[in-house]
Amino acid sequence: MESMALFLSRIQFAFTISFHIIFPTFTIGLAAWLTVLEALHLRTGRSAYRVLFDFWLKIFGVAFGMGVVSGIVVAFQLGMNWSVLSKLSGPIQGPLLSYETFTAFMLEATFFGVLIFGRTRVAPWFYLFSTGMVALGTTFSAFWIMVNNSWMQAPVGYAVEKGIFVPNDWTKINLSPVVWVRFPHMLLAAYLTGAFCVAATGAWYLLRGRFSAEAKIMLRMGLCLAAVLMPIQLFIGHLAGDYVHDYQPPKFAAIEGRWHDEQPASEVLIAIPDEASESNKYAISIPVLGSLIGSMSLDSKEVGLTSFPRQDRPPVLIPFFTFRIMVGCGLIMLAVAFIGSYLSLAGMIDRYRLFLWATFLSFPLPFIATWTGWFTAEVGRQPWAVYGLLRTADAMTPFLTAQAAAISLVIFGIIYTFIFAFGIFYIYRLLRTGLVRPMLKPASAAVPNRPLSLAGEDASVLAEAGE
Amino acid sequence: MIMYWVSLLAISILLYVLLDGFDLGIGILFGLTRDEARRHAMWGAVAPIWDGNETWLVVTAVILWGAFPAVYAMLLPAFYLPLVVMLSALILRGVAFEFRYKAERMRWIWDFSFFGGSLVATFVQGMTVGALVEGLPFTNGQYTGGDFGWFSPFAALCGIGLCFGYALLGACWLVRKCDGGVKAAAYRQVPYLSIGLLIFLVIVFSFALAENLQIMHRWIERPYLFIFPAIAALAAIVLAVSVERHRDGLPFYMVALIFLSAFGTLAISFWPYMIPYVITVEEAAAPHSSLAFMFWGEGIFVYPLMVIYTVISYRVFRGKVRATPVH
Repeated sequence: MESMALFLSRIQFAFTISFHIIFPTFTIGLAAWLTVLEALHLRTGRSAYRVLFDFWLKIFGVAFGMGVVSGIVVAFQLGMNWSVLSKLSGPIQGPLLSYETFTAFMLEATFFGVLIFGRTRVAPWFYLFSTGMVALGTTFSAFWIMVNNSWMQAPVGYAVEKGIFVPNDWTKINLSPVVWVRFPHMLLAAYLTGAFCVAATGAWYLLRGRFSAEAKIMLRMGLCLAAVLMPIQLFIGHLAGDYVHDYQPPKFAAIEGRWHDEQPASEVLIAIPDEASESNKYAISIPVLGSLIGSMSLDSKEVGLTSFPRQDRPPVLIPFFTFRIMVGCGLIMLAVAFIGSYLSLAGMIDRYRLFLWATFLSFPLPFIATWTGWFTAEVGRQPWAVYGLLRTADAMTPFLTAQAAAISLVIFGIIYTFIFAFGIFYIYRLLRTGLVRPMLKPASAAVPNRPLSLAGEDASVLAEAGE
Repeated sequence: MIMYWVSLLAISILLYVLLDGFDLGIGILFGLTRDEARRHAMWGAVAPIWDGNETWLVVTAVILWGAFPAVYAMLLPAFYLPLVVMLSALILRGVAFEFRYKAERMRWIWDFSFFGGSLVATFVQGMTVGALVEGLPFTNGQYTGGDFGWFSPFAALCGIGLCFGYALLGACWLVRKCDGGVKAAAYRQVPYLSIGLLIFLVIVFSFALAENLQIMHRWIERPYLFIFPAIAALAAIVLAVSVERHRDGLPFYMVALIFLSAFGTLAISFWPYMIPYVITVEEAAAPHSSLAFMFWGEGIFVYPLMVIYTVISYRVFRGKVRATPVH
């Protein structure tokens, strides 16, 4: 049984990190989309690209600011609640996360300033370069975070000295095969999130009969990009499953809902796993498919959960269902992207209102897929904080009281809800205001490194200029 | 390598204290006036720079973790509740910057979170330093003080002292950056704040003597430490003269010098310990492979760039803040 303080700390970490991941997922994709828009504008000179750029830059600004604010707490609570982890793996995780901060500061903050205030002050090619650098910065941030998390999932390149994980091969740590599957998986998730948010916005405007020319561009670009990326994402997702199969067999078994060793193994499509009886209720499964997915063979033996001691097994229910929700979201997104690209390229998307509704309503799917994917990865890693080396229960600050953990959970809960409500309201207001066709003058009195303060300075002006 | 990272850590802390110090101080002063024109000008003096300033807090935290994980893992959980409060205060204060001018009827909420957030964050920072000076209960490298072990009258005193200190720094920044009513008011506040800070320093010093704090022995072992109070005294004199003669540019640098000498005093009294008498810099340092990995990228390349970048952004926005109409 885990202590109350441990339980509360886990809830708090899950809450703050889940809150945080929304914003980077969105902004990484958006930064790439902005770069594409700016490049297209430079190349074709079409003003629609510029109008779209200016519009999405404002939304990027708000989301970026929320990401920065919510990220700070995450960095601190690793030390506060998980001090044993931060001490033992500090020599590895500390430098990785410091690189994250440093590259983020260097690329994002610096060039972000140029995006906001530099339109009239720098050459067009430099403006495009700055946009690309912001996108690169967000990508680097994601890279370091994925290296860090992948090291926790499958530790490599270390030696244990006096109980502390000392890095002895940074190349192995940074270039581990696990990183190079999970980093693209996350990156594509971010791009798909951006693509779906853009397409959904286009659908929304088209449904309301506003900005139809730009709305169609958004729909076409968003859906076609998604149609290309979605199949790649499914393939990389499969590779990510392979690493789990090879490095974390209990997690794989939990995801598959496989309680006993099977040869050849069947694939449980849906069921209700029951930990007490170590079996599935109401299972629908397909014979042999489990071996095929796990080992690409028709008769391989696949390991079941009961082959592992109870104390080394992850909880089953959460990874089992979150994985299926993730895949389900992916399949729906694939369908929307394929149908939408066809309709869009055929030039008849505005006649299918029902499909426009579907596209509009699909914008939460990539977020849900990202969340559930992370839940699968993180809950499935339990009971370990660093896989096979340090248990979550042992990673916690030993003297942390339930009282302190409860106070912090409540305070962070209130504050995050508060800023989230305002941030979302704010993004909604920008979306409702819509695109502004005439050029805007950039704000004058501000400096570059102010990610939080971009959007909405001209909101009232925009409202009048909108259609 | 260890020395390199200690230096970067020290520079980051110092930059944080000086830069975020003045904008937190302005937040405190903001709560002391009801005059909207003055509030608006004060807001304008910090709005463009506050989050760049706060970046140094994050930089400090990640350097501490990467280069000195043992200390990171000892201090953060020891100050659990204060940190929760400080982070919340900083977040509320940060979002206030974004929402004040978007709100109409709700503006008082953001005004209050700007003032309250600044005050609370400052108090917690001062208290933390006070608790470190007084000494926290550690047994075998593990904090054993309980949820409130950091609290003591001395620590609270240091918290109040820092509020005076930051407010003074803030007032001097306003003198430097503003004109008109704000500047005049700031000039009037400087003497009171300086006297407040002085009284506090005297109390802290006598308290430390009375309690026979271990750290005070350092002063006898290392008489050269007295150079710092001497610098501070000199700076205080120049401060008084420059306020008297209304040399707008000078007071800020003088107060910064006072902070610098206080920081130097603390750093050298702590040395070679990172947490006094508990863990030394050497013991706290991450293995060489970690420090070297950080050194060859962020250490010699990114960090200097960040400092240069900070200098440039301050140069771009140097000079007085122009009075702009309330938008």
